Amino acid sequence: MASAPSPVLPRKRGRVRGHGDAIMLTIIFDGVAYGMLLFVLACGLSVTLGLMNFVNLAHGAFAMAGGYITVIMVNWLGVPFAGGLVLAFVLTAAIGAVLERTLYVHVYAKSHLDQVLFTIGLVFMSVAAVDYFMGSSQQFVQIPAALQGQFDVFGVGVGRYRVLIIAVCGLLTVALQFCLTGTRFGCRLRAAVDDQRVARGLGINVGSVFSITFAVGSGLAGLGGALGAEILGLDPTFPLKYMIYFLIVVTVGGTSSITGPFLASILLGLADVAGKYYFPSLGAFVIYTIMIVVLIWRPQGLFARGTAR
Amino acid sequence: MSQEIEAETARYLRARARFGPLEIAFWLVAFSTIWLLPTRHLILTETVIWGLFALSLDLILGYAGIISLGHAAFFGVGAYAAGLLAKHEIINEPSLALLASALVAAALGFATSFLVLRGSDLTRLMVTLGVSLVCLELANRYGGVTGGADGLQGVTIAPVFGLYRFDMFGHTAYVYCLVVLFILFMLARRIVNSPFGLSLKAIKGNPLRSAAVGIAVNWRLVAVCTLSAAYAGVAGGLLAQTQAFASLSMLSLERSADALLILIIGGTGYLYGGILGALIYRLLQDYLSDLTARYWQFWIGLLLVAIVVIGRDRIGNWISPVVRFASRSVRSPAPRRVAGPEQGG
Repeated sequence: MASAPSPVLPRKRGRVRGHGDAIMLTIIFDGVAYGMLLFVLACGLSVTLGLMNFVNLAHGAFAMAGGYITVIMVNWLGVPFAGGLVLAFVLTAAIGAVLERTLYVHVYAKSHLDQVLFTIGLVFMSVAAVDYFMGSSQQFVQIPAALQGQFDVFGVGVGRYRVLIIAVCGLLTVALQFCLTGTRFGCRLRAAVDDQRVARGLGINVGSVFSITFAVGSGLAGLGGALGAEILGLDPTFPLKYMIYFLIVVTVGGTSSITGPFLASILLGLADVAGKYYFPSLGAFVIYTIMIVVLIWRPQGLFARGTAR
Repeated sequence: MSQEIEAETARYLRARARFGPLEIAFWLVAFSTIWLLPTRHLILTETVIWGLFALSLDLILGYAGIISLGHAAFFGVGAYAAGLLAKHEIINEPSLALLASALVAAALGFATSFLVLRGSDLTRLMVTLGVSLVCLELANRYGGVTGGADGLQGVTIAPVFGLYRFDMFGHTAYVYCLVVLFILFMLARRIVNSPFGLSLKAIKGNPLRSAAVGIAVNWRLVAVCTLSAAYAGVAGGLLAQTQAFASLSMLSLERSADALLILIIGGTGYLYGGILGALIYRLLQDYLSDLTARYWQFWIGLLLVAIVVIGRDRIGNWISPVVRFASRSVRSPAPRRVAGPEQGG
């Protein structure tokens, strides 16, 4: 492969270290890890949106909850890291289930404006509450030494922690896909997403399907938040900062399948990492512009089926 | 026959636009604060600006039914326009500079309105949010012009009309803002009570049927988006002029969310909602930040959740008798078939 700098991608001087292709591979690797993380964070949102047409801007709050639960468990109570991740999933799912039954359930039938207001209110509350209990500074999860540092694969620097993220998120994706396509529950869920009224008519209890999905989606967000604390940073403004990313995944990926958001997440991760490396001065500008263009070009999402609602 | 309908429609519109006693009282009270509350002018100025910003959101949300999470884009652009014009002494006279910031914001509003026409509520939400984020990134990127994260500093505002200097107690600023609010409010009031305003309400009710009765849905929406952006630009310009400062936070998502919150507290679709909401919000903010300093946002969030769970219509039912009294029950003078566009309740 040519080692000369690509004419399409003007590189910032002083940043190029070593072989150009190796850097490219590192970027791809980091981008995929980031994208998979985004997918785990956002897939719950895409299902709730597709199923109930419910705009949940507070999804990031669940991710933040997962992150802070891990911080408390691992740093303060000395739970092993893996145990912290599991607890992040379980406890966030429980919080999600409780909130869904007590609060969210009143808002499904209301207008989108009400849903936006309601969930923004929840975001404000979560931000202030976390600030109150945990302080406004950034938190770090203590990661076991075995997961820190990099190792070289054919000259490409590969972060151990990112390998873990790709492995965990990859497994989760496969498991989710299996649940959706291979189990009875997944069958009900897909039926409910496709046409809620007909699904109800066939005797599917859409409400309980939704409750379970909401809890699992929140739990996954919590797990994503716990895993991502290292990469995304964890402070009380997390739900506001990453809200737009989750929404991009959902709107670009569409809400009718799980593969759409998955591809969208990977694309977004790659675009964000590459954009920040090659055009550091532009910041997140690239992503927002791409999002607007996609929304105008295909309002139903890039990977949505033609008949999507 | 058609003449008869026309005459009745005209009568209906006139009745709608008539001033009620409460409305007149409202403005009398508002202007009397110039003399009655001279020590509170700094806070009142801020309230007036918030009110105007929320009013601009009401134009698209309350009348055309467009949910926007990025209205701060126009607010911030207006603020930077006014700040830059004053800093580089391009237009010194504040009211003319305000007009310029309205035009700049309107241009942006016009350009982005075409993006808002397409798609569902969620798409609109995302596009408006995206536009404001792009503006924020741009302002951050071109720190040489905007001052970046430090904000636009070194702005000096010339006296209004070359006569009234901005004083440190904010007396001039308050009168200036209040007069601008009054003029723009009356203009908005005129617009929403015109056939154009009625057609917007029809579009909000049902875009498809509106198109079927011959309303140019898209162009009406473009027009109202542009107008609303201009209003938001003026509000931003006022803030930049009264504070002699513009910052990135004026473009932020929090600012858009605050505007939405203010409007919701006050109620949508009757114009006064923005101003009343700003007053209540300001009082709440004062009270809550005395109570909990850094965490008042929690209570604001709780308020939002409570408003939604209780139901905005229920709160509206409580307010609407007051409003009806203020606007003197507009429905009675016109027969039903002429009052068609609103489709009953």
